[in-house]
Amino acid sequence: MSNIVLERVSKRFGDTLVTDNIDLVIPAGKFTVFVGPSGCGKTTLLRLIAGLEDIDQGRLLIDGADMGQTPPAARGLAMVFQSYALYPHMSVRANLGFALKVAHTPPRDIAARVEAVAKLLDLSALLDRKPAALSGGQRQRVAIGRALVREPKAFLFDEPLSNLDAALRSQMRIEIRRLQQDLGITAIYVTHDQAEAMTMADQIVVFREGRIEQVGAPLEIYRRPTNRFVAGFIGSPCMNFLSGARAAAFGATTIGFRPEHLRLDASGELRGVVRTVEHLGNEALVHVQLEDDTMITARCTEDTALHPGAPIAFTPDPASIHRFDQDNRALDVG
Amino acid sequence: MAESEHEFVGLANYLHLVTDPGFLPALGNTLALIALVLCISIGLGLALALLLERAVLGRGVLRLLVISPFFVMPPVAALIWKNLLMQPTSGFFAWIASLFGVPPIDWFASAPLIAIGLIVAWQWLPFACLILLTSLQSFDREQREAAQLDGASALAILHHLVLPHLARPMAIILMMETIFLLSVFAEIFVTTGGGRASTNLAFLVYSQVMFQYDIGVASAAGVVAVILANVIAFFLVRAVGRSLDA
Ligand SMILES: Nc1ncnc2c1ncn2[C@@H]1O[C@H](COP(=O)(O)OP(=O)(O)OP(=O)(O)O)[C@@H](O)[C@H]1O
Ligand SMILES: [Mg+2]
Repeated sequence: MSNIVLERVSKRFGDTLVTDNIDLVIPAGKFTVFVGPSGCGKTTLLRLIAGLEDIDQGRLLIDGADMGQTPPAARGLAMVFQSYALYPHMSVRANLGFALKVAHTPPRDIAARVEAVAKLLDLSALLDRKPAALSGGQRQRVAIGRALVREPKAFLFDEPLSNLDAALRSQMRIEIRRLQQDLGITAIYVTHDQAEAMTMADQIVVFREGRIEQVGAPLEIYRRPTNRFVAGFIGSPCMNFLSGARAAAFGATTIGFRPEHLRLDASGELRGVVRTVEHLGNEALVHVQLEDDTMITARCTEDTALHPGAPIAFTPDPASIHRFDQDNRALDVG
Repeated sequence: MAESEHEFVGLANYLHLVTDPGFLPALGNTLALIALVLCISIGLGLALALLLERAVLGRGVLRLLVISPFFVMPPVAALIWKNLLMQPTSGFFAWIASLFGVPPIDWFASAPLIAIGLIVAWQWLPFACLILLTSLQSFDREQREAAQLDGASALAILHHLVLPHLARPMAIILMMETIFLLSVFAEIFVTTGGGRASTNLAFLVYSQVMFQYDIGVASAAGVVAVILANVIAFFLVRAVGRSLDA
């Protein structure tokens, strides 16, 4: 269990500042998720922590020790790559044991450790296969196993589930989380999928264009986003935003409310026309065009009869309205 | 010529060939030359490719330099090496030897096969190097990084990851070069002009015809060369095929 501290970390590629003055504490034993839109520098930050890129400015501390001069292998971190990066010419067994082998661990200890990890990840039957003969989920587990064998101080995951289908993804999500909790190991997990971030994290870090927008527990970020970007990024479907007179009535430049905080109400002040309805089975997402042409989304139960073209009216739950100033900062959160 | 002079002689020509004191050395020379050139061109080609992949400055120029021997015609290459580099009194190598106070080597007199091998290897080096370089560039960056995080040294990465990755291109180089190296001729013709120590099968066929007017034995040698080529090709294709399947 190790904590990782970033102090004013910056990195540029040519003229572009990819991470800008990042200050962040990654608590020991916790699951931290980096989330943000594509190209915002999540992978770069992870690679800086791993030591695969050099930090231009700032410091990286692992358990209080400055890692500036420490080569990747000596940092004691293990990374699971998006492409898995399994060694294609080696069997699963050799893949899992590679780190121990290059560290000149006695073969008997390697075998024991590999067997133990394989058992933990349910890979025992696959040990003699080559990576090419594995399914996506199995490869994924080998990649995790390869990281586990070394008993690292922390796990770094870079979008490890993005190549899997939806069912496998949610299954692996749970497995990774369970594994991390059982081992009590520090983990950093990069994703651009906010649902993954919400379900897995102890702590979410929301990035935009190389900067941190907000750090916090999933529900805290969901309930109290500190700015409009975070409010719009976390939560699916996305938060609805209104500006102009309706926002001014609340003393804000923009107001936001989530689709589930809209109540069907024939006398409600949000009037419009149903444009499309997405039936999800357990609920329906209704896309409504308001009288001033703004589009909003509402979450309704499936038993409400809704047809494209029909008039509709809502009242937003006043307690769940988020207010933002002209700089898109939230007004209510301290 | 009358028909009767051309009787069917059975395997006499082959018997003649096999018992010819020049045949076995020629066969040995052919195989030795192939082995020598393969070793040098693949070994040195790999080293060069690894360097070129890393080199940041002057990459373009370096590549041009590496490729250029490929464009030199074999007789010209042989002449350059014979007269400019390996010439025992005024050649470049002799000059280098004199700098160290070592007696120069009379390459074509004392080690003709090795000298010819060096020339041919020089010509095949670009081919090996370029193929290896392109495969090196297709080596997955994340695999290298994963290995780094696993604590593997550069040498361990080369040994456990890069070399297996290069097995297929090496097999291809092996096959292509062997096919062409069976018929090395110009380099021998220009430098030693034959002789037991440097005559290979191709040259044997030529000299049987030109100097001994023995078309029968020459043809037999030709057939043997064809069979040899097929035998080698058979094993090569099997070996290469296996590495392509893996
Ligand atoms: N080696 C590099 N050289 C130059 N620019 C780079 C390099 N690596 C990344 N970048 C740039 O840095 C920015 C951040 O890249 P990064 O890969 O960290 O994004 P990301 O948040 O991981 O995105 P994604 O979710 O798409 O993986 C991008 O604009 C990218 O173009
Ligand atoms: Mg990325």
